[in-house]
Amino acid sequence: MRDCVIAVAATLAITCSFSAAAWSQTAPPAGATACSGCHGGRDSAMPSLQGKSASDIEAAMTAYRTGAREATVMDRIAKGFGDSETRAIAEWLAQNGAAR
Amino acid sequence: MSPRLTRRSALAGLAAGAGVFAAPAVLAQAKPRVVIVGGGFAGATCARSLAAMGVAVTLVEADQRYVACPFSNLVIHGTRDIAQQTFGYDALRAAGVDVVFARAERIEPEARRVLLPGADAITYDRLVLAPGIDMRFDALPGYDSAAAERMPHAWKAGAQTLLLRKQLEAMDDGGVVVMAVPANPYRCPPGPYERASLIAHYLKHHKPKSKLIVLDSKDTFSKQKLFMAAWQELYPDHLEWAPLASGGKTVEVDAREMTVVTEFSRHKAAVANVIPPQRAGAIAQASGLADRSGWCPIDPVSFESRLAPNIHVIGDAAIAGAMPKSAFAANAQAKHCALAVATMLRGEQAPSPKLINTCYSLVAPDYGISVAGVYQPAKGLLADVEGAGGTSPGGATSEFRAREAIYADAWFKVITDGVYG
Repeated sequence: MRDCVIAVAATLAITCSFSAAAWSQTAPPAGATACSGCHGGRDSAMPSLQGKSASDIEAAMTAYRTGAREATVMDRIAKGFGDSETRAIAEWLAQNGAAR
Repeated sequence: MSPRLTRRSALAGLAAGAGVFAAPAVLAQAKPRVVIVGGGFAGATCARSLAAMGVAVTLVEADQRYVACPFSNLVIHGTRDIAQQTFGYDALRAAGVDVVFARAERIEPEARRVLLPGADAITYDRLVLAPGIDMRFDALPGYDSAAAERMPHAWKAGAQTLLLRKQLEAMDDGGVVVMAVPANPYRCPPGPYERASLIAHYLKHHKPKSKLIVLDSKDTFSKQKLFMAAWQELYPDHLEWAPLASGGKTVEVDAREMTVVTEFSRHKAAVANVIPPQRAGAIAQASGLADRSGWCPIDPVSFESRLAPNIHVIGDAAIAGAMPKSAFAANAQAKHCALAVATMLRGEQAPSPKLINTCYSLVAPDYGISVAGVYQPAKGLLADVEGAGGTSPGGATSEFRAREAIYADAWFKVITDGVYG
């Protein structure tokens, strides 16, 4: 998996004439950049995603989707993403949690 | 001064004498430049995202200060300072965005340039248009820009917001407040109902003999069940809603007489808040980027205009299908559009997005409700992802409502910090 990510990054570096600062590793999967509309600040009622692992984010999203975890709004949002989409978003956020 | 800022005459001279240097060859040698017109939630977000990706980006914005609409209803309510709504562009500059304070007048898609006042112009490789809305002062008889000084719309935050607040404060107890609400589409679908709630809350506590009459040009609206349940519970004596079916549609106003006229009745107002029909900002009309509806048709994958190449339209001005005209939606669209633009500048296809919206409304200062949605391209538009989204539950506890009010406040801090901080 790690090799795969490095390979993708290398390809991007060649094809990308302007290297990205914040989104340098991989292009964000569908849905991933919308999260920072609410999740950002460390002293916020909405938890920051910075420092969260991919598995933690994926587990939380899955629990919101199934209703196992109570929420005000995340249950409604999590239902918009399937398993593979959720995993891709979680992996990207774990790498780019602070990206705008 | 932007490095790309040129005198129109100089540019014309260059084009005329281009000869062996065809324009595309000149552009290909330089680092591609993106110009963004409009520094609201959509434009400012897109500028920052592009700068973060290392793209050269110029933001053209008329005003040095941006006054945000979300939460401005609390300014009208009297419990929030307009300074908390006001943001500058220093952080964008620090992030590498070239900010030009000028009113962009028109875009010339063939020449790929934006015309500024005087003889200035800025050329671009791709342009992102985020002009927001303009009031249609030709749509409601009697309501023009002069009438708006007596009957504020307060639908662009700033002086209008403060004017409406001042009028409510100065009104005698017992005075009737009238709100006129337009048909869809308009900026912030639940906004008029949040405003009605907070005005009713103010009247209940400070002008108990007064009441608010909401004259609506439609029968259904965003979060309707939640709003109406709360109104019945909190404001039975202070808020009266007249839908289209009961003759609520405003057909004319008389600003001198302070009268709002519907199909069936005339309402004399002590304070009148008239929210007129709207359209995409003036530059969209002037540049041929809006269709007959007054809004800008776009491709839902790239947000590229359907009416001109190399121009993307985001935020309230765009026809975004099921996505509402909200600050959250503008922010989400802008981040995706930045990715689409950067991808297309490399000659590749824009990736297909999934976009999210969440809109909070305050029914009272400690009583929040929300609507959320997830969207994806379908049949040429942005459509709801089935099974996702919807409103806050009915019959929730006051603790749940209070939590959503806290989240609303947290959302505003996070989004404005991300865009302007």
